Amino acid sequence: MKKFKYLIPKTLDEAVSLHQSHGGSAMYVAGGTDVIVKITSGKLAPDYLISLKHIDGQSQLELNTETGVFCIGGLVTHRTLEMSSVIRLQYPIIHDAVQRIGSTQIRNVATIGGNLVNAVPSADGAIPLIALDARLNIYGSTGERSVDLIHFFQGPGQTVLDRGEIVTKIIVPKQSKRTGAAYQKFGRRAAMELPLIGVGVLIILEEGSNRCAKARIALGVAAPTPIRTLSAERYLVGREITEDTLNEAGKLAAEESRVRDSVRGLAWYRREMVAVLVQRMGMKCLQRIKESEGR
Amino acid sequence: MSREIKLMLNGNQIFVAIEDNWTLLYLLREKLGLTGVKEGCGQGECGACTVIVDGLAVNSCIYFAVEVDGKDVLTIEGLAAADGTLHPLQKSFVENGGIQCGFCTPGMILSAKALLDENPQATEADIKQALAGNLCRCTGYVQIVESVEAVVDKSSEDINVVVRETGESG
Repeated sequence: MKKFKYLIPKTLDEAVSLHQSHGGSAMYVAGGTDVIVKITSGKLAPDYLISLKHIDGQSQLELNTETGVFCIGGLVTHRTLEMSSVIRLQYPIIHDAVQRIGSTQIRNVATIGGNLVNAVPSADGAIPLIALDARLNIYGSTGERSVDLIHFFQGPGQTVLDRGEIVTKIIVPKQSKRTGAAYQKFGRRAAMELPLIGVGVLIILEEGSNRCAKARIALGVAAPTPIRTLSAERYLVGREITEDTLNEAGKLAAEESRVRDSVRGLAWYRREMVAVLVQRMGMKCLQRIKESEGR
Repeated sequence: MSREIKLMLNGNQIFVAIEDNWTLLYLLREKLGLTGVKEGCGQGECGACTVIVDGLAVNSCIYFAVEVDGKDVLTIEGLAAADGTLHPLQKSFVENGGIQCGFCTPGMILSAKALLDENPQATEADIKQALAGNLCRCTGYVQIVESVEAVVDKSSEDINVVVRETGESG
């Protein structure tokens, strides 16, 4: 493997200043499961790798029970997300996605921040978080800023991060009562596979009825970046959530998707599967709301 | 850059000089002679290079050697007892035909060990999920899953596992 120097800062400020002082030849690394492969294959050739793994407070999950805000550190591994009982019970849509990212060996090491920063169109980690209206806290030489996750991605491998900036936290806002959310990764194999399409749906119902108060439909691999299908979301709001209305929303989402042909699958099939899976995930949302009210 | 790291390797504390660009696989196999750690794809797809770091199965081909500084590393060489008595998982793979060419076996057994340490009552589904990142091109997986299941059926005391309450993590 190409030679590089591996730097281990202990604070965010130290990491940022190391990045500044080494300029274009430096890059951050978290779990490293993608970075090592890219260095070995010659796609990346950094002179300095700045590890973010040893910075305090970056690998924690925190649910603030007063505000209801859930905070995921950028260095949290997929495995931690997968095993968290808070996520399994309160944010099952995140569990749906992370349990099928890579293998156990990858999930033990790879981080959610790294997954987001890589900005691949198929990023399974991003879709549930977009459906949950997550924001990212970003730290750099000019201090901290916050970006809605849906606005973080600019294209394959492209994000709004400026040079030397670090994703420190993923902030999931308080969830209303009667929220249901579900994600389906759809691929040809059950494991070790990138999705043909990824569909995340979140539905909030009004008190005492099945009328939709808020809807989120987020898609992966349906465009160069993760997207939300706004007309399908708008269609659902104010309507009773039934198989029929979800069917209609699925069709609208399929129309809005910008799927394309690739080695993994053809556009027409992806579009059909968007329609099918939006409906299925919508029904799963209803089921999850029902289950949570039974607890 | 060269630096010295300290780690527990198969129960022994060692100090070793490494280069920053070494993977854990390279350190274990090429420098420490632990050739039970296999390189298959070199990209984290096949799991042949699986070792256990601080209780978790990882792909050593995509893990920086520098990151095991201060950690506990277990390879297949560290699994049998000092007198050569095989670990129950090793024995079970032999008895149940879970091995053919043997190339994937160290990784399979270590992935299975990490699973059973965490969940001694693993179901067939748990086993398949835990071994999803370990590819075998010989056996077709049936005997491998059976080899692990056979160990689950024994008492956890027999296989010397760390019992953890479910739901304790996270």
